[in-house]
Amino acid sequence: MRLLKLIPDNTNIGFVRLRAWAFGLTALLTIAAAVLVGVRGLNFGVDFKGGVMIEARFQTPPSEDALRHDIDQLHVGEAALSTFGGANVYSIRLPNPQSNDEGATNRLVKNVQNVIAAKYPGVTFNRAETVSGKVSDELIRHGLLAVFLAVTGIAIFSWIRYEWQFGVSTFVAIFHDVLVTLGFFALTRLDFDLNIVAAVLTIIGYSINDKIVIDDRIRENMRKYRQMDMRALIDLSVNETLPRTVMTSLTILLALGALLIFGGPVLRGFTAAMMLGVVVGTYSSIYVSSSLLISLGLKPQLSEPRKKSGPPDSAERVG
Amino acid sequence: MLDFPRWKVLWIWLLLLTGVALAIPSLMPDSVARQLHLDGMSRISLGLDLQGGSHLLLEADTADLVKQNLQKMEDAIRTEMRRADPKIDIGDISTSNGQLSFFVRNVNQLDAAVEKARAQTTAVGVTGQRDWNVAVVDSTRIVMTPTQAGIAASVDNAMKTAIEVVRKRIDELGTREPIIMGEGKTRIVVEVPGFQHPEQLKALIGKTAKLEFKMVDMNADPATVTAGHAPPGDEAAPYPDISQPGGPTRYIAVNRRVILSGDDLIDAGLAKDDNGQPAVSLKFNASGGRKFARATQENSGKQFAMLLDGSVLSAPRIDEPILGGNAIIHGSFTTDSANQLAIALRSGKLPVALKVIEERTVGPQLGKASIHAGVIASVIASVAVIVFMLVTYGRFGFYANMAVVLNIFVILAVMAILGATLTLPGIAGFVLTIGTAVDANVLINERIREERRRGRGIVQSVELGYKEASRTIFEANTVHAISGLIMLVLGSGPIKGFAVVLLIGICTSVFTAVTFTRMLTAGWIKRHRPTEIHI
Repeated sequence: MRLLKLIPDNTNIGFVRLRAWAFGLTALLTIAAAVLVGVRGLNFGVDFKGGVMIEARFQTPPSEDALRHDIDQLHVGEAALSTFGGANVYSIRLPNPQSNDEGATNRLVKNVQNVIAAKYPGVTFNRAETVSGKVSDELIRHGLLAVFLAVTGIAIFSWIRYEWQFGVSTFVAIFHDVLVTLGFFALTRLDFDLNIVAAVLTIIGYSINDKIVIDDRIRENMRKYRQMDMRALIDLSVNETLPRTVMTSLTILLALGALLIFGGPVLRGFTAAMMLGVVVGTYSSIYVSSSLLISLGLKPQLSEPRKKSGPPDSAERVG
Repeated sequence: MLDFPRWKVLWIWLLLLTGVALAIPSLMPDSVARQLHLDGMSRISLGLDLQGGSHLLLEADTADLVKQNLQKMEDAIRTEMRRADPKIDIGDISTSNGQLSFFVRNVNQLDAAVEKARAQTTAVGVTGQRDWNVAVVDSTRIVMTPTQAGIAASVDNAMKTAIEVVRKRIDELGTREPIIMGEGKTRIVVEVPGFQHPEQLKALIGKTAKLEFKMVDMNADPATVTAGHAPPGDEAAPYPDISQPGGPTRYIAVNRRVILSGDDLIDAGLAKDDNGQPAVSLKFNASGGRKFARATQENSGKQFAMLLDGSVLSAPRIDEPILGGNAIIHGSFTTDSANQLAIALRSGKLPVALKVIEERTVGPQLGKASIHAGVIASVIASVAVIVFMLVTYGRFGFYANMAVVLNIFVILAVMAILGATLTLPGIAGFVLTIGTAVDANVLINERIREERRRGRGIVQSVELGYKEASRTIFEANTVHAISGLIMLVLGSGPIKGFAVVLLIGICTSVFTAVTFTRMLTAGWIKRHRPTEIHI
């Protein structure tokens, strides 16, 4: 049986040659993402904004305006409506009630549910969530802290493990990945909730995984070919790892694709973020972190002699 | 590298098969597990987002607790100074600015007053720091300030009681399996699966239980009391034996008249009696102390009963009149049972106000739909990845696929052993793990292909493939684990569920994807000595 080979043997694509273009594109993407996040903002769910969320499943898709009108009658603040996984499922977001007593939010939820149930027979309520401002502030803080710690922790790891240039290039590339993902959420106005923070952290994990594989190969080749030009060396390393990069990205995209289509509406935002992250992370491994190593002045001669720990390099073996 | 001794092979298989066996109970529906008597085995529990239910996050109002403490201290100081011999005359008591300050009218009594005040403080923690600072200001005024350590200890104590109180009240719902646990220093998480009415939960938590002290009727006939008949003026009160939960409930006859109520009891705690045996100390407020003194004077030698919501907690005998407002109940307590009784006595009311700061309710249909979707997505993802690996790497892909399938079981087994909860993001973690676990095999197989292209022999290519890829795999997994750990520590609810699966998956996949496939490959090469490999 002939086996599938997605990438032909011994490719020699000049990735580094396109470096200037890639940097331009990267800068453009990053700035666009930052502007989008700054201007349009993220569509924070109740996790991060605080408030009340009710998810209602209707027998037949209701008119959004009519639904908004029905809720407005209750004078409970401005309702944010969005469909959730289908035209007949709506998530209704409301600000927290002014009153401070314990039952106020329950009454608010009951009132809204009663009004909707009266107007739209057969409606069922999937979820109801109330998050106080205190908790949502904390969740934002923790989420930001988690992302910050993950990015810096991983950058420090690559700095200690390899030359400092790897730490810096990894940091920049991951920062880019996170920003582009956030930009995507600002652009699409998809709900940004706790799950998305998990997705962002996973993207960081995946993206760094990808970079380490290439960085590892670059280092291996730096020891092997001490006189080689850095550009050629990076091209060689990226080309050598290309089949793996493509295979792994594809298997993960396959798995995530199944989740996106069949995993149900609750996970859709999460999965979309992950898929985007896989693509962006793969791109930044090749074009941001690896190419940046040249700009940061990494040279094969700088590589320290063979480490005592770890396996000996393959060039010194008789084959 | 490719040399696997027989014992090692046996161990690897044994470990993996144990994993599969431990995962099986979690995969069956409840009813099947019960029929096979497997429900005693550890199984994975489903998060609220998958089975539906209510989730509340409660936060203690610590400011209120500090205020209560000040109030209690004020009461205690008033009582103590009045009781002193000679009586210490104090005035102008204030509890503003978070401290208690009062004026001692007779300067000569200042030292005695300070001593009395100090006697009201207790040591906290190992450092021996007191819970209150006592200072003299302007040589006439005593100022008592709670210390940080004192406040922390009091919050800690209050939270322990509060968790017990909440647990008791939620338990009244019946046989659901509620989760009530502390989170951080001042929070309590309440999760009740399958329960869609958070407002009822709130009402239950907010209600006040009734603690009463009543005299036991020593003349009642035990047999008729057990049958539920009490003499006139009495009532038959259930008296559960706390050392034997679930055992038959005893009944005793108690007088209907309430001699003391929960409001009169300031505190109850674990203490030691004169012989050093565990005991329970009771502390009453001024009026409670007077009532208790009178009751014990009149009823020496008889028993009194302490009832919480009509059920008897303890019925000690009165050995002698207790006049000081402090009592010690001793008898056949163990440290545990004394502590239990103390908590039960304190749980008459919540020691601190609790506020709901987060509330989530998931309907049962949504949970079912989510599980269904999650299972379908997992199966499709697995099949897609398996086919893809098979057409790309042939035999080596097949080995990787075996590793992936076994890995799924092993993750489930580890989760079951750890008692981890599977949430919807956890399912996403599963699907992602399926995708990333094969990365290790992709790395290895691509390396083998590369080494073959460079013209190395089969055995050496395979050996080098595993060797070189292992380093990369180890490093890549380490950084992956870093982000997973951060999620586990900082994340709440859903993120935690995701991180648990991710972390377990990272650990187990190294074993299945590297060690296990290497063993399979080594076995095949040893047996068949292939002259060419398709990879």
